[in-house]
Amino acid sequence: MAYLELDRVSKQFGTTTVVDDFSLAVGKGEFISFLGPSGCGKTTTLQMIAGFLDPTGGMIRLEGKDLTAVHPAKRGLGIVFQSYALFPHMTAAENVAFGLEMRNVSRNERAERVRAALAMVGLAGYEDRHPRRMSGGQQQRVALARALVIKPSVLLLDEPLSNLDAKLREEMQIELRQIQRTIGTTTILVTHDQNEAMSLSDRIVVMSQGKIEQIGTPQETYEKPASTFVSQFLGKTNDFAGTIDRTAAPVRIVAGSWSALAPAGLNGAVTVSIRPERIGFGDAGLNARIVTRIFQGNHWLFQCDSECGPAIVIRQNDGTAQPAEGEAVRLTWRPEDMSVRARAGA
Amino acid sequence: MSMAAEERSVRVPWALTAPALMLFVGVLLIPLAMTVMLSFHDWGQYKGIEPVFILKNWKEIATDPYYAEMFWRTFRIAILTTLLTALLGAPEAYILNRMSGRWKSFFLLVILGPLLISVVARTLGWALLFGGNNGLVNKLLMTLGAIRSPIPFMFTETGMVVALAHVMMPFMVLSVWAALQRLDPQIENAAMSLGARPLTIIRRIIMPQIMPGVLSGAIIVFSLSASAFATPAIIGGRRLKVAATLAYDEFLNTLNWPLGAAVATLLLVALVLIVVGSNASIERRYAEVFR
Amino acid sequence: MRRNGPLALIFHTIFVIVMVAPILVVCLVAFTPEGFLSLPTNGFSLRWFRAIAQYPEFIHAFWVSLGLGALSSFVSLLFAVPAALAIARYRFRGRDALAALFLSPLMIPHVVLGIAFLRFFTSAGLGGSFAALIIAHVIIVFPFALRLTLAAATGMDRTVEMAAVSLGAGGWTLFRRVTLPLILPGVISGWALAFIQSFDDLTMTVFLAAPGTETLPVRMFLYIQDNIDPLVTSVSACVIAVTMTALILLDRFYGLDRVLAGKGDAGR
Repeated sequence: MAYLELDRVSKQFGTTTVVDDFSLAVGKGEFISFLGPSGCGKTTTLQMIAGFLDPTGGMIRLEGKDLTAVHPAKRGLGIVFQSYALFPHMTAAENVAFGLEMRNVSRNERAERVRAALAMVGLAGYEDRHPRRMSGGQQQRVALARALVIKPSVLLLDEPLSNLDAKLREEMQIELRQIQRTIGTTTILVTHDQNEAMSLSDRIVVMSQGKIEQIGTPQETYEKPASTFVSQFLGKTNDFAGTIDRTAAPVRIVAGSWSALAPAGLNGAVTVSIRPERIGFGDAGLNARIVTRIFQGNHWLFQCDSECGPAIVIRQNDGTAQPAEGEAVRLTWRPEDMSVRARAGA
Repeated sequence: MSMAAEERSVRVPWALTAPALMLFVGVLLIPLAMTVMLSFHDWGQYKGIEPVFILKNWKEIATDPYYAEMFWRTFRIAILTTLLTALLGAPEAYILNRMSGRWKSFFLLVILGPLLISVVARTLGWALLFGGNNGLVNKLLMTLGAIRSPIPFMFTETGMVVALAHVMMPFMVLSVWAALQRLDPQIENAAMSLGARPLTIIRRIIMPQIMPGVLSGAIIVFSLSASAFATPAIIGGRRLKVAATLAYDEFLNTLNWPLGAAVATLLLVALVLIVVGSNASIERRYAEVFR
Repeated sequence: MRRNGPLALIFHTIFVIVMVAPILVVCLVAFTPEGFLSLPTNGFSLRWFRAIAQYPEFIHAFWVSLGLGALSSFVSLLFAVPAALAIARYRFRGRDALAALFLSPLMIPHVVLGIAFLRFFTSAGLGGSFAALIIAHVIIVFPFALRLTLAAATGMDRTVEMAAVSLGAGGWTLFRRVTLPLILPGVISGWALAFIQSFDDLTMTVFLAAPGTETLPVRMFLYIQDNIDPLVTSVSACVIAVTMTALILLDRFYGLDRVLAGKGDAGR
């Protein structure tokens, strides 16, 4: 049985539907990311789990019990807010101790658990600092310790790393991952950063306009995007218009001058989706011309004009010679690297 | 930066501020100094002001219990007014802050608007509401059963405090409001997620954070109430004197300018000391937390 | 964010009623048809507004207040705009002290200012003159004129001026064609707020005004000292109407919340 279960949850503000028919089963100890652009409903969903918003429809269950009937103060979830929402008038230790105080944990046990929690996030010795005297990264750690010290049944992270600079963000991602693995708390992360979602989570829920686009492991969502939205949102991608050619035997899939054996179960107009780093330059394949060639250190980025519209190609910088701007090339890829979907509206 | 540019950057700001500076020295600092001097001059019913240096006025203020009583009344009224505005204004600012957009700006306007309406008109309103023993306020309170017999408001300290609190309320609401704006909008949710109930959130999380706002509002309200003139003059009448109305009488009725100047100087010095002192202690108290 | 509970809303309702009641009651009583103070129960009447016409000292005082407010706010801006530009743009020694000095009229009780000006202008032979009133009002409204101009000057994009300079503008042309238009909303709002402050001031003006230069608040105050009757409520209602008009203009030009927020910090 699922540990945390969202069953057809929806939320409306007036006549606008912000979250629509959201169903998800989270296993115990799992790390799930809600990924999507701003306004896709991911934060609203998180706030419904936290209890700051009431769902318009559907059920949220934790270990089989209805969570929506429980007051947010009694849900026992740990939350790290985007702004951290630390109590500025309390020291780091007082911040972390607050949740324990609310649970009437004895003074001695409190001190011990606060110490351990701060040590876990690497802030031993910072007990008496006030938040305003700490760096963004340190504040972030206090917020994490404060959420974890109450031993939450679920840890909710609302864009926790978005206020940090790129380098610190990467460090914190690794640390967050390690801490979560160590203590095994079921975690839900809300983020608009696909790298963050991919490097942290067991599964990603990709959302757009209040709807779930795809649920899957980071690899699945990247390699086999279920929709154009997912393929565009998770990294760069090339979408070529193709058709299934039934006249050939065996049936082939054709995009311009490129063709391959067709995958089963599809018919007519299709979209062929292929990542730029999976495209190579070969002797046969899609006809194209290099428009611009940009050197980016460890790789080359090519913008091409192909038979099927603009295309992006990324090649590793392995020291070999690369085609020049204006040169005619043929784009080719392995059939297992592409994903093929029925073309919408065709 | 070249030498010429450097010289320019010193000269230009002084040239720009020079007219205002001369104005302030000429017609603010000099008159203030003259007032302090005036408080050391002698005065007689028939001889008028004599430009000598004596401590007569200061001795009179220090020894005559009339002045001690009057200053004590002035500060008592100011303190009670400050307490009343803090006790009512802070919760109101909090409630206001939780309202949704349109209501919030509407009520903010309703509450802050009076700030710019003539104090005479506002105090007149209270005089009408108090209106002797059977004024509207007393009628209402008696109908509600809050009181048995009418409370005298006109010509009493009670009336002065109520009217002054109304006049000063916008300053307090504004000050607490500004402190609430600095609050993290998620802070209440954070406290709630950790298990805190509404009253605990207000007591442990909100109150400590808006305290600097309440205190700075209190300083504004206190200093303005202690030097208020129109409201004490209209509600208090001729009998119940505070520092400002006493100074007014010495200047325009008794014509004992040196004594009036001494009262005014004392009021100014006392207020500056209190305001600067409490500002400094607030800053020390909250430097660690809010810097 | 959580909603307010019923208790909070009851508190809020009472609070707002108490805040509005004194102003409302003045305006209501002004319309009484009776010869004494009472809420209009037998229908509304404009007799007390017409009665104002029979008291030329109120009419005269109104014009004095209007002229004094308009003129002193304007003069204070002549001093405040250059000072604000200097304080906003240059870091020079004595800058903080100057700013504190220019804002000090907010800190000094008006009763003390009134006494100081009375002493000063009497010695200067200007006692009770309109000129003395103007100068005194320039000082007390200066902080308001300065604040809003300062806010506008600080918020202004300096690169626009640099662009103008690169195109050949300089000195007075630069100020008149580029800088002033950009800070104009702040300057006009500063004027309006200064006007309201001057128009409403009683405490300081009561020391300086003589028969002939009495402002409306002073005239009203002296009148109330002797007797409170419906006449003074109808005059007050007119004053409230004038202030409201200025407020609405201010709101249109600048946003009232910004003006008031500026005023709130004033006492610090």
